Amino acid sequence: MTLDLYFDYVIFPLLTISVILIFIRLFKGPEVVDRVIALDLIITVGIALITAYSIRSGQAILLDVAMILALIAFLGTIAFSFYLDKKG
Amino acid sequence: MKDIFIAFFSTIGSLAILFASIGILRMPDFYLRLSVTVKAATLGVGFLLASAAIAFPDVSVTTKAIAIAFFLVLTAPVAAHMIGRTAYHTGIRTWKGTIMDELKEKKTSDDSKKAAIKRDEKTNGPV
Repeated sequence: MTLDLYFDYVIFPLLTISVILIFIRLFKGPEVVDRVIALDLIITVGIALITAYSIRSGQAILLDVAMILALIAFLGTIAFSFYLDKKG
Repeated sequence: MKDIFIAFFSTIGSLAILFASIGILRMPDFYLRLSVTVKAATLGVGFLLASAAIAFPDVSVTTKAIAIAFFLVLTAPVAAHMIGRTAYHTGIRTWKGTIMDELKEKKTSDDSKKAAIKRDEKTNGPV
């Protein structure tokens, strides 16, 4: 079994199942903060997916996208918590 | 040899992310979900970035992977702290199994301290 097949049949399905499970929480989360942390976790899993895809396809330049996504996830969570705090 | 290392690290990383997602779905409480989100997912992404750094024999990729992991480790606890503080202030309840609420305890101990000072002033006059 080569590494490419291993990524195709093990790593990507595991990450995809995790995204689906988090999306269930995003859909049914009882409060707004549950949805915010579910979104944050989806973006974190997205960073992991981009990293795995960059290993699988052999293109190292995709890691730049992962870095920008990490930045945006932090800013989004901070903005959500700021405005929810302001609302009271 | 390199392939074995890459497969090992990426398996551990994706399993940690899967456990984080199961935890965010199954945990009974917002605060427990928050702790799962921050710890396990950061560990998983760190392992996947380590496998990426092994996979590409290039200094720039290793530097980039270290930068992403450092940024994630630096910002994820700050964001979790902010959103947890917001949740506590907006009145998200803890689970019924929670046995300790340090913020509430601190408030009551402050109140009891103020009450004790007031009592002292009443008996001994103003300090």
